[in-house]
Amino acid sequence: MGDLHAASTAALGLILAADPAVMGIVGLSLQVSLTAVLLAALVGLPLGALLAVTRFPGRQSVIVALNALMGLPPVVAGLLIYLLLSRSGPLGPLGLLFTPSAMVIAQAVLIAPILAALTRETLSGLWEEYAEQLRSFGAGPLRAVPTLLWDGRFALLTVLLAGFGRASAEVGAVMIVGGNIEGFTRVMTTAIALETSKGDLPLALALGLVLMGIVLAVNVLAQVLRSAASRWAG
Amino acid sequence: MRAPDTILPLCVEALRFAAGGVEILHGVSFTLEAGPPTVVIGPNGAGKSVLLRLLHGLLPPGGGAVRWATAPDRSAPRQAMVFQRPVLLRRSVMANVAYPLALAGIGPRERARRAEEALDLVGLSALADRPARRLSGGEQQRLALARAAALGPEVLFLDEPCASLDPSATRAVEEIVAALARRGTKIVMTTHDIGQARRLAGDVIFLHRGRVVERAPAARFFVAPETPEAAAFLQGELVW
Repeated sequence: MGDLHAASTAALGLILAADPAVMGIVGLSLQVSLTAVLLAALVGLPLGALLAVTRFPGRQSVIVALNALMGLPPVVAGLLIYLLLSRSGPLGPLGLLFTPSAMVIAQAVLIAPILAALTRETLSGLWEEYAEQLRSFGAGPLRAVPTLLWDGRFALLTVLLAGFGRASAEVGAVMIVGGNIEGFTRVMTTAIALETSKGDLPLALALGLVLMGIVLAVNVLAQVLRSAASRWAG
Repeated sequence: MRAPDTILPLCVEALRFAAGGVEILHGVSFTLEAGPPTVVIGPNGAGKSVLLRLLHGLLPPGGGAVRWATAPDRSAPRQAMVFQRPVLLRRSVMANVAYPLALAGIGPRERARRAEEALDLVGLSALADRPARRLSGGEQQRLALARAAALGPEVLFLDEPCASLDPSATRAVEEIVAALARRGTKIVMTTHDIGQARRLAGDVIFLHRGRVVERAPAARFFVAPETPEAAAFLQGELVW
């Protein structure tokens, strides 16, 4: 218990002193995960909306595949991106392996299916409500996509937050494609894994506290958005 | 403002519709001309809403035909519909009116002008910036009317627009409907409220069990219905 107490005190000290090493790691984590969410959203949101409004043969299979991909283990996503980016891989000449860009790509691949699946689920209900009215206005399913994305904006923000939570908490993918290089590709989760195995508990704990604080803030934000949404939805 | 060509008269010929193996309309025929409101009345389950959806083009006929005088052009909607329970977008009152105008390809300036005019017509100008879904039931229905009216349709279908409204909201909606009719919009409205039909109808289509049982000018229909079913319905008997 004494160890834990000492480590906690040291961890708080690191956070309160805005230790440059800690801040650098936190900053990179946020940068990587936020960029990944943005990229994944550009693909996942329209894709999910399209799946919500269109009916085509094989749609159910696509939805099942998407839902399965929601559970894609981060290490597997990391491995796939590693194979693509490694020197002998198809994208090897780009020289992206062990860079923050590679980490962004891996996290984006990991969460794009999550965003698409959650978007489809969210907008399906909205489409059920809107379909007849929009058809009456002369808007078909394709034209409905931007309408649904906008009218579902509050719910979709919580979808984005879910994606961000998943991205910032995963360790496997960024470890494999980033390489946990100090000052370059070291993020909170990989640092916690490393420092714990090295025995540097204060640093690991400090980063763990920051990570939990971020997750908490994300959930508070989601709650605020939900109540804002209900004000509009009536 | 309106192009000289007209989509009226509308010829409905032997129109049939079935859903889930149940025949809802058994060969309905009539012609709709420009003029005062046509009110479709009949007991619940007579097929009134289905008929309106078929005319509006939301449902494909199971047989027969819905023939407009000129082919419908989706880019410039000439007919619009207001539903019993309007679906308002999760946007401001003003944005709700502007949305179908944008879909119809109307530019921003003309859109704003028409939306303001329509909100003025239904008395919602003061609420233009409010979230539409926070309006009361009566205000929501008036907004739905404004949204349809802004399109300047030649024909406006109204499916039981007052079914879930209290008397004062009903009165406000009826006044708007009457004002639109005076401006030359052909109103085609369903209702199961005989009083409302009396107040608004120019002519009446009495629909009963999926058939047009009687079609007559309102003045004659309410005084001297020709069929026993219509007479029974007007006397408030439970026909079904």
